[in-house]
Parts: sequence; structure tokens; C-alpha cells
Amino acid sequence: MSTYRMHLLVCGGTGCQASDSRQLADNLQAQVLMAGMGKEVQVVTTGCFGFCEKGPIVKVLPDNIFYVEVKPADAEEIVSEHVLKGRPVNRLLYVEPGMKERIAEHREMPFYKKQLRIALRNCGFIDPEDINEYISVDGYQALGKVLTEMTPDALLVLMKKSGLRGRGGGGFPTGLKWEAAARNKSDKKYIICNADEGDPGAFMDRSILEGDPHSVLEAMAIAGYATGADCGYIYIRAEYPLAIHRLVIAIGQARQAGLLGENILGTGFSFDIEIKYGAGAFVCGEETALIHSIEGERGEPTNKPPFPAESGLWEKPTCVNNVETFANVPPIILNGPEWFSSIGSEKSKGTKVFALAGKVNNVGLVEVPMGIKLREIIFDIGGGIKDGKKFKSVQTGGPSGGCIPAEHLDTPIDYENLTRIGSMMGSGGMIVLDEDDCMVNVAKFYLEFTCDESCGKCTPCRVGNKRLHEILTRITEGKGTMKDLDNLKELGGIIKDTALCGLGQTSPNPVLSTMKYFWDEYVAHVVDKRCPAGVCTALLSYYVLPDNCIGCTACRRVCPVSCISGEVKKVHEIDQTKCIKCGACQKACKFGAIVRK
Amino acid sequence: MGIKSLDELKSLRDKLKTDINIRASGEIDSNIRVVVGMATCGIAAGARPVFTAMVDEARMLELGNVTFVQSGCMGACHSEPTVEVRFPGLEPILYGNVTAEAGREIVRRHVRNGELVQNLIIGRPFETV
Amino acid sequence: MCKNALTEEKFRELDAYVASLPERKGALIAVLHKAQEIFGYLPEEVQLHVARLLDLPAANVYGVVSFYSFFAEEPRGDHVINVCMGTACFVRGAEIILKELEADLGIKAGQTTPDGLFSIDALRCVGACGLAPVVMVDGKVYGRVKPGEISSIIKEFMEV
Repeated sequence: MSTYRMHLLVCGGTGCQASDSRQLADNLQAQVLMAGMGKEVQVVTTGCFGFCEKGPIVKVLPDNIFYVEVKPADAEEIVSEHVLKGRPVNRLLYVEPGMKERIAEHREMPFYKKQLRIALRNCGFIDPEDINEYISVDGYQALGKVLTEMTPDALLVLMKKSGLRGRGGGGFPTGLKWEAAARNKSDKKYIICNADEGDPGAFMDRSILEGDPHSVLEAMAIAGYATGADCGYIYIRAEYPLAIHRLVIAIGQARQAGLLGENILGTGFSFDIEIKYGAGAFVCGEETALIHSIEGERGEPTNKPPFPAESGLWEKPTCVNNVETFANVPPIILNGPEWFSSIGSEKSKGTKVFALAGKVNNVGLVEVPMGIKLREIIFDIGGGIKDGKKFKSVQTGGPSGGCIPAEHLDTPIDYENLTRIGSMMGSGGMIVLDEDDCMVNVAKFYLEFTCDESCGKCTPCRVGNKRLHEILTRITEGKGTMKDLDNLKELGGIIKDTALCGLGQTSPNPVLSTMKYFWDEYVAHVVDKRCPAGVCTALLSYYVLPDNCIGCTACRRVCPVSCISGEVKKVHEIDQTKCIKCGACQKACKFGAIVRK
Repeated sequence: MGIKSLDELKSLRDKLKTDINIRASGEIDSNIRVVVGMATCGIAAGARPVFTAMVDEARMLELGNVTFVQSGCMGACHSEPTVEVRFPGLEPILYGNVTAEAGREIVRRHVRNGELVQNLIIGRPFETV
Repeated sequence: MCKNALTEEKFRELDAYVASLPERKGALIAVLHKAQEIFGYLPEEVQLHVARLLDLPAANVYGVVSFYSFFAEEPRGDHVINVCMGTACFVRGAEIILKELEADLGIKAGQTTPDGLFSIDALRCVGACGLAPVVMVDGKVYGRVKPGEISSIIKEFMEV
């Protein structure tokens, strides 16, 4: 039925176009027509393949051959050799630096191996609203396997061996957490799935629940078997209506199929799951706060110990794991702990999902093996910085994390390394900042968030963060002093040491890390009363350069507050008292006559 | 209709595997699978009208060998809505920034004629377990 | 008749919901979700009613209502405009969009216009970071919003 037997895919991404991919596509098309193959071979221009430094790229289907750095002049050879005679053009195949062999198939190329989907394995492939699709991709096989072939103790050994650590941010070994809950004897135990994803800019948990809800249900039942619990709760934000909808369907289907409920698969094991709704409180991502919220109370954290594994929900042993952590469990059981621990770095096994966003070309949800470098995520997978701007920093870990500067781009990502350089893994938000972002303002943004979300139970967090925010506001308004900078540092340290829960203990990180790596920017705000990135409006002003101004009136016409005066063909002037610093005049000026200071 | 044992679950899986087009390339199956990314982000970018337009187009063309699936996030947030076309045994093709009209074009040209649609294909740079 | 009226009928609906619960222990948040769904918001009268239904001190109920940002004690406008203030939107100019919206409607985030037509909320991440900055009106998502586009979005909802 297919009329074409071969397709030549030419990358038309920005990078490849810059290196003449358009001409290349035209040449290929011309060669194909000349060879009289216009009806058999189709030349297609595509979006970015994400391997820009080796562009232009041509991919040949169905052979799956991948050519790199193809020049327009190579079109003839590709058509005469590969298309007509079926012989791949060897010299255009990719060579991995340091290797001799040329790689034909893109699957074999290290670049394309950078993304490995374990937690997201079924997202975007199966229909999440149909349990049969999940079963067809080995769904519930892991549960069946542990129930029929393994004792709970053997399962705990397996989980510990795999090296899986909590993906919610803390990085606590999952096997140990399960074991602690298993050890505590009780008539009732609970498994809780933490789906209260509150980190602004992270949405992997939502994606997993929307794309593959059954994998979480299956893993919760497995955790129930390991710990001796028969009841599970999924605590999810009410702001995620689609994820809730799909979870409700999934739970109903699993019950109907006998994969949740009494006597699962005839093994005598029973486990059921209920959904509990959050109501918008970031602190509820902390496990003790989350437990109080499920109990119908204010979601305020309490001191640990006692840990939830001893006394959690309704004072019973409780095991709380994050969505992404659960999604990793079924493949670990089916493929074995050795398989899982072969992926990743020495202390951090497996993969991590990151929500890559901000000033990067390919905003997306990426799942990468632990140990990958930040540079690879941002520049290879992410396609580099938007609009050709300069990279400044990448923020990981959300409001609990920090800003990482260019000098650490080659740090392999794992729990320990990120903490060492003043940030943290967090739930996996990764926001890229460029030269136009003011680091003081970014720190202020996160502090504003923490102040909003602090539950108010302990003083360091409730009052301390407020003071930090006030000082930062003062600095961005040009009213800061050097003494303020000392205070920020000291107060930040005190909050870290004395706050009750994880939220407070990490809240100064955005300030402390930006002070560590971008000290100059703080000093510029305080001493020179200048915002180098040109963000803090109180610290900038726009001026007309008399030498460049030709008096075209373009700026005067766009100014929303009419603060620019000047006649046609005469030098214009900006009234600084009225200017709101919107920058519209600078954009309108075609002669570079308006500058920001 | 509860599944009573692991063996029963395994045989159900095997049956479904042949019923539903599976991902391992090289498997022979007469069905073309069209997957539309319909997580919140995809829907926000307009995936629902794309999905209905594609189903509608296939119905008008009386294409019987194609299954439309709404799925979760494919991770290409920069190019939502995304649509993946999988011919049995062939490399899946991922389209980005698909509008309802482009969706119809994909059905008309790619699904029906095996012709790829210009300027809409994006890279699919990941491996799955 | 105002849509936010606290009619007898609505209270009865809430009573029926509470009566249908298998267990009242720990049900407070679920009941408040239901109450907000029925009444649109949670005024003092409703909070007291919930307290009596569940046999809890009113202070407990108020403590929970005021703790969670999802619960509203004031009636919301016919159209709720949510400006995403997640980090990805923030670095792509959401602050400017919010300021423009506030200036256009003459209210601040969290408030409702005097005619009851619009409310503005700043919310934390809808997860459509690829479309940043994002504005959501009654569940309809507007992506890659540029300064100057806000007024045309608002107009769409004024005419309906």
C-alpha cells in the first residue's frame, strides 16, 4: 500500500539550517528526480534531531542509516550509491570521538543512548485508560512474580541490591525504607504514594500518572507485599484533574481484573488503593506533613523520629514513596537488580527524570542515566540556549535547590554531587537561566515561594525566610548594603541548622548558592546600584544616545506612558521621572540609539 | 472477569501482544498504530481536536487497518501536540506541533500512502526498557 | 438569583454526601472539597455547618480551610484567570503578564472584580512548561502569552 519504498529525512532544525541543510534537501530532491525515482523515494525536511553539532543530518528509512555533517555536494553520492545501489556512503557515517568504527544506526550512537526511559517506559506508548494495553507490555507480571516466586524477605533483599533511591528528592534507599516498615509489627500498615508534586517547574510525577498509572498501582501492591500492608493511599494534588481521572479509571479496571482487592491472582494476598486529595500546600510533600493531611488535619510536619515506618498514618507503620520511585519498581523486578544497578553512577543507580525548562531550545521531559553531565542534558538533549544567548546558570531542586554556574557543567549528576555543589536533586526540576536573568531576582522568586508555603509551625522558617525575602527585596530595589549581604549569609545558615523539616532546612539554598557563585552580581546591586542583567527595574534607566538618534519618532510613538519628547529629525529625550522601564522604545529603535544603563 | 492466577495473566498478555501492535520492530502485524500524546501539556497545546480530526479523517477514508491511541507524555514539550505513527516493523515516526489540519494530512498521506509529511517530523532521541 | 447563594438545597446535598461516607475519621478535607464544589466557596456559615456535621471544633475546620490554598473563603468570579507563576513561566516573563492583567482588571491576584465577572489567581505550575508563559482561563490554556495579548484574551470572555 505504501507508494514510497524509501525516505530521506533531512534535519531542518535551526542548527542544521545554518549549515545549509535546505540546499542539501533541494539537491537530494533534484538527484532523486534525475534518477527517475521521484515516485519511489521521498525527501522530507524534519524538525531538530538534537545532534546539532554534527549537522546537517540525514537519516535514511527504512534502512535506518544515519549520516552526519552532510554537505549539499554529497547529495549526488547518497542518491547514486545508497538509494540506487543500496550501498551506504561510509565516509558520511558517524565516528565516535576516540573510536575507529563508523556507526550506521542511530540507536547505536552514544548521543541517542543518553536518554533511557525506565520510569517513563510506557508514557507516550500505551493508552493509560486501557488496562489491557498495560498488560500487553508485561504489566502486573512483576506483581505476579513476587507473589508466586518470592518471599517478602527475598523481595527486600532484591530492592536493597538494586540500589534504588527515593526520587522525590531525599534519595533515601527504597529497600531500607521498605525494610523498616516490614520490621515493625502491627495489625495494620499503610503504603502511601506521594503525588503531591508542588515544586514549580517539575511535572514528571503528573506525566507518569497520566501516561502510565498502572505501573504505580502495581508497584504499590508490591510494596504492600514487601512490608505486610494491605492498604494504599495515593495523595495527589487536586490541581491535577487529568491525572486523577486516569487514576480513578485505572484503579477501577485493576479491581475488576482482580489485580487489586482480595486474594490477588489466587495467592491469598490482598491489597487495595484509595485516592486522597491534597489541597494546595507545598509542605505536604514532606512525608510527616502529608500523613497529617491524609488524616484530615493541617499539613504541618512533625519531628522525626518517630519515623513513619514506626508510627505514621493513624500511628501505624507507614511507607511513603514518590511516584517516580514506584514507577521504577516493576522493571527492577522483571529485569533483576543487577540490570538496574548496572545503570547510573557509583552511588546513584538507575535513571532520573528531569523537567528541562527555561531558556533552552528543547523544553521537555527527559529521563537520563544518573552520572550524566549537566552539559549533556542542556546542550545535547536540550539543544542549547534559546536565541543564541549565553548560558548563565541552571537551577535544580526547585525552591530547595540552588543555582549551578557554568564552571560545574561537567559535574556528573547524582545525589551526592549536586548536594556538594550547593544544590540538590530535588524532584527533578531543571530550569536553565541565560545572561538576561538576574540571579538576585531568581533567589528572591524562590524565597517568595517559600514564604508563601511555609506552614508557620517553626520560627526559623516562618520568620527567618521572611527576613531573607525582605533583605533580597531591598537589594533588588537598590537599597541594600554590604551589611545586608553578611546578614543573608548568617541568617541563611541559621535557618538551615534550626528549621524543623526539609522545607525550612533547604529554603536558604537558592540564596546561598547564588551568593557563592554570583557574588559579583550581589555586589553590583549593592555597591554600584546596578543590575547587570537588566532585570531589576528600580536599578535601570533608558537613555537616548544623541549621536545615533536621527529623530524618526519611532520610540516616541510606542512609549506607553508618553515620556519621550522630541521633534521629527531632532534628538529625542526620555523623561526619567515618568519612565516605567518597559524597554519598548529600545525594541522600536532601528538605530541602536537607545541604551539601557 | 477477574484474573485468577499468574498463568492466566501470562496467557492474557500473550494474547494481547498479538492483538495490539507491539513496539519491538520486526514483529509482523497488519495494524498501523497512531499514538497521540495526551497528557495535560499535550491537551493544553490542542491535542484533543487533533485526535478527533485524525479519527474522523480515517473514517472518511474508510481506513480499517489503523488504531488511534491516546497516550501520555512523550517528553517533547517544545513541540506539543505530538503524534507518533508506527508501521509494523518500521522505525516509529514522531511528528510535532501537529494541528488538526496537519493531523488529517498525516492520515491522508502517511497512514494511507506511506508518504512522510514535510516539515513536521521531530527527533525521538530516547531508548526504552 | 445569585449563583453563590447558600440555599437550603445545597446544605442538604452536603449532608447527604457526609451521610454516605463509610468513615468520618479523617474525612474533613474530602468534605471541604465537596462543600467547595457545591457552594463554590467556603464562607463561615458553611464552615460551621461542616464542623457540626463532623463533630469537630469550628477552629479545627477554619484551621484547615485557611491552611490550604485550594480552599476559598470568598466567592470567585464567573471566570477565574490563572497566571502560572512556576519557575519556567517566571523566567519567561510571567511577572509582566500578571502585572498587565492586574492593571487591566483593576484588581490584584487573589481578588475578584466588583461585577463578579473575573478573579485572578497566581498559581504554581500547571506543568505546561513548553508553552511558558501560560495563562489559564476556566481551564482553557493560553500558551506563549506575550505582553499585549492579555486584553484580547479577557475580551473573549466578556462577550460570552
